[in-house]
Amino acid sequence: MEDKEKKDIFESIWKFFASVRLAIVVLIVLAGSSIIGTIVEQKAEPAKNITLLAKFFGDSAAPTVYNIFAKLGFMDMYGSWWFTTFLAVFSVNLIVCSIDRFPKTWRVIKKPQKPLSDSAIKSMPIRKDLTFRTGLDTAKEQFLKSLKASRYRVNESSEENTVRLYTQKGRYARLAVYVVHLSILLIFAGAIIGVRYGFKGYLNLPEGRSSSVAYISPTEPIELGFVVKCNWYDTQYYVDSDTPREFQSELSIFENGKEVLKKTIEVNDPLKYKGITFFQSSYGMMPDTVGYFVLDIAPAGGPEKRVWLRLGDSFEIPGTGITGMINDFSTALTRDRDTGKLNTYSKNMVNPAVAIEFAEPGRDTYTGWILKRYPDTGFLPGGHSVKFADYWGVEYTGLQVTKDPGVWLIYLASTLMGVGLYICFFISHKKIWINITGNKKSVRVAIGGSTNRNRINFEKEIDKIISRASESIEGGQPSKK
Amino acid sequence: MTSSVLFDISAGAYIAAMITYVIYLVVRNRTTGIVATSITIFGFVCQTAALAMRWVHSYYFWMASNPTSGFVEATLRGAPLRNLYESLIFFVWSLMLIHLIFEFKYKNRSLGAFVTPLAALALLFIDISGATKEIQPLIPALQSNWLLFHVFLSFIGYAAFGVSFGAATAYIVMVTESKTEKTYIFWSIITGIFILVLVGMGIDFLSLSSAERAELFQNHFLKSTIRSSSGGVVAVSSIVSVAFIFLLWHLGIRLKKVLEGLNLTPAMLDEIAYKSIAVGFPLFTIGGLLMGAIWANSAWGKYWTWDPKETWSLITWFVYALYLHARFVAGWRGKRVAILSVVGFIAVIFTYLGVNLVLSGLHAYGSG
Ligand code: HEM
Repeated sequence: MEDKEKKDIFESIWKFFASVRLAIVVLIVLAGSSIIGTIVEQKAEPAKNITLLAKFFGDSAAPTVYNIFAKLGFMDMYGSWWFTTFLAVFSVNLIVCSIDRFPKTWRVIKKPQKPLSDSAIKSMPIRKDLTFRTGLDTAKEQFLKSLKASRYRVNESSEENTVRLYTQKGRYARLAVYVVHLSILLIFAGAIIGVRYGFKGYLNLPEGRSSSVAYISPTEPIELGFVVKCNWYDTQYYVDSDTPREFQSELSIFENGKEVLKKTIEVNDPLKYKGITFFQSSYGMMPDTVGYFVLDIAPAGGPEKRVWLRLGDSFEIPGTGITGMINDFSTALTRDRDTGKLNTYSKNMVNPAVAIEFAEPGRDTYTGWILKRYPDTGFLPGGHSVKFADYWGVEYTGLQVTKDPGVWLIYLASTLMGVGLYICFFISHKKIWINITGNKKSVRVAIGGSTNRNRINFEKEIDKIISRASESIEGGQPSKK
Repeated sequence: MTSSVLFDISAGAYIAAMITYVIYLVVRNRTTGIVATSITIFGFVCQTAALAMRWVHSYYFWMASNPTSGFVEATLRGAPLRNLYESLIFFVWSLMLIHLIFEFKYKNRSLGAFVTPLAALALLFIDISGATKEIQPLIPALQSNWLLFHVFLSFIGYAAFGVSFGAATAYIVMVTESKTEKTYIFWSIITGIFILVLVGMGIDFLSLSSAERAELFQNHFLKSTIRSSSGGVVAVSSIVSVAFIFLLWHLGIRLKKVLEGLNLTPAMLDEIAYKSIAVGFPLFTIGGLLMGAIWANSAWGKYWTWDPKETWSLITWFVYALYLHARFVAGWRGKRVAILSVVGFIAVIFTYLGVNLVLSGLHAYGSG
C-alpha cells in the first residue's frame, strides 16, 4: 500500500517535470521577469533607482516601492533566490523531459524500416504514381542508381512481379534536440563552476609598478600567486583624430623575482598566465605625479639614442654641440584657431607635447613644441631629430583580472549547441518507399515518402530522383497517372 | 556614382515597392505584381552594389591607418557592419533577400505588402535618427572577428524574424472571423502603432530641420506630432492616432477578403512564419547569443554580464524557443503561435533599438 502511494507521488512529480506545459510557463516567467532586471538598474546605489521609480510612482511613493522591490530581490534580480529557483526548475524540467522522451526517440531511430504495401504507400504524406513502358529489371536498376546518386543506402525485397525498394537517411538527426538541451545544461554547469571556483577582479597598475594581488572590491584583494608588472601603457590614435585606435599595455609576469613572461596586451588580446587572464579595460592619469620624458635623439644620419629626463633637465645631441632643455609639457596641445595661442584641451594624454629650448653655439636659443603623435615636429634644421616617445610613469593601465575555470565548458557547450541546432533544423529524417510492379513490357511505380521536417525540400528531392531514373529508363518520359 | 547615391536609390525603390505591393493587394492585377517585384529586385541590386562599394571604401579606410594589415584583416575590419547606420542598411538588405527567396519559392507576391513596410521603417529610421553615415574609425573593442560574425549572423536572423512577423500578421488577419476577437484587436493595435510610428517619422523627416535631426534621437523622435511641445499638436495627433487605430480595427477585416483573393492560404502563411523562425532561430542563437558572449569574453573576460542588451536578446531567444516548443512540441497551432511570432519580433526591435533608446546600456555598439 505505502509503496504504491510513494510510487504514485514520484510518478506525479515526474509527470509534472516532464511536461512541456511547465517549460512554456517557466519560459514565460523567465522572459517576463528578466524585463524587470533591465529596467531597474542592477546592483546600483539606492538613490539611482529611487529616482527612476519616482518617474513611475511619484516622489512620495518611490522609497516605499523601492523597499518592496528590494525585498523581492529586484535590485540584484539575476542573483535572487527566486530567479535562481526558476533556473533550477527550468533545468530539472529540461533533464526530466529529455529523459522521459529519449527512449521513444531512440526506438524510432532504431526501428528497422520495413517494405510497405501499395495501399500503405498511398497514405504517405508524399506519394507519386507512375507507369513506364519498360521491363521490371530495368526500372529497378535505374531507380536503385538514382537513389544511390542521392546517397541513399537502399534495401530491397522482391516477390514475383513486384520489387520493393525502401531506404532512409538522417535518422540520427533526431538526436540533435537532445544535444541542444544538453548544451543548455552544460552552459549552466560552466557558469556555476565559474562562479564557485573563479573570480572577477580588477587592478589599476601604474606604469613601472607591480602587484601580487587583484581586487574584487576596493576592500577585497585576492592573491594572484605571482607578480604582474606594467612596463608601460599607451593609447594610439587614428591619424589626425582623437579617436583611439588601440589601448595597449606591456605586462610582465614575475615568479620568485624572475621575469617569466612578457606581452603587450590590447583590447581583444589579453594575457593569460596560470588560469588568470588580464584584459585591457581602461586607463587613466595618476594625479600629482611627475614622470620621465622619453626622447629618441639622433644627429643627422646618426644612430638614435634614447634618453629619460625630468622637467628642467638638459641633453645634447651627440656630436653636434646642440643642447636642449625641457621646459614645458602639455597633455593635449592645440592651437586656438582664432587667437593662435597654444593651450591644453584635455587632462588626459590625448595629444602630448613637450616644449624644448634648444641652444647652439653662435645662435639665438629657440623653443619648439614636439608632439608625440606627429614625429615630424621633431626634425630640426640640419637634419637632426628629437622624437618624443613617451611621457612615462604618469598613466596607469586598468586591467580586468579574471579567473574562470568554467569557460572551456561554455565554449564546448556553445559549439555543441551550434552544431545541434544546425542539425536539428536543417537535417531531416527522410524515408522513401518505392514499389515497382509489372512484367517485361510495362511497370507501375508507386513512390511514397515521409519526413519529420522540410517537406517541401524533400518533395523536390523525390522529384529529382524520379526524373533522374525516368530519363535513363528506355522509352523515356513517364506517363503520369 | 557613389555608394550613398546608390543607397538612396535603393531606399527610394523599396518605398516605391511598398506602395506598389499595397496597390497590388487592392487591385490584384498581375502586371502590378510584376512591377512590384521588379522594383524590389532593382532596389536590391542597387543596394548590393552600394554595400560592396562601401566595403571597398572602408577597406582602404582601414588600410590608410593600418598599413601593416594583411588583406584578410583589412577586409574583415572593413566590413560595413560597424555602426547603427551600416547595421540598419544590412538589416534591410537581409530582409529583402529573405523576402525575395520566399517570394520565388512560394510563387506569391502578396507577402511583400507586409514585409516592405519593415524595410521602409528601418530606412526612415536611419534618416530620422540622424545616425552618422560617415565611415568611422573602429574603436578598439570593435576590432574583433567574433563581433563581425556576431553582427552579421544576428542581422540575418533578425531579418528572418521580420519575415515571420509579416507572415504572422497576415495570418492573423486571414483567420479572423469577428472584430471582437482578442487576437484581432491585438493585431489592429500593433499594426496601427507600427503604421503610426512610420507616418510620424515621415512627418518628422519632412518638418524638422536637419540641425534638429542631428541631435540625439531620443530628443527629436516624433517631436513634430505626438511629442510636440505644443499642446494642441499633441491633442490632435493623439485623437488622429486613436481614430486611425479604430478605423484600422473597423476596416482591417476587409483585408481578409483581399488576402483570400490572392491565393494566399492561412496554412501557407503559417508555414512561412514557422520556416522563417526555423531559419532565424539557429542563426540568432549561434550568431546573436553565442558569438556575442564569446566576443564579450575575449574583450572583457566576461561572457555574460546581464547588461540590458544581453538580457533583451535572451528574452527574445526565450520567446522564439517558446514559439518552437509551443508549436512543435505542445501542438499549438493557429492564432496563438502567430501572436508569439509578433511578440518575438517586438522583442527583436526592442533588443536592437529600444535598449539603446530607452534603457541605458553598456554596449558602445549601436549607440550611433
Ligand atoms: C530555451 C531553452 C530551450 C531551447 C533553446 C530548446 C531547443 C529546442 C529545439 C531547437 C527543439 C527542436 C524544435 C523543433 O524541432 O522545431 C526542441 C525540442 C524539444 N524541447 Fe526544447 N529547448 C529548450 C528548453 C526546453 C525545455 C525546458 C524543455 C522541457 C520540457 C524542452 C523540451 C523539448 C521537447 C520535449 C522537444 C521535442 C523533442 C522531440 O522532438 O522529441 N525544451 N528544443
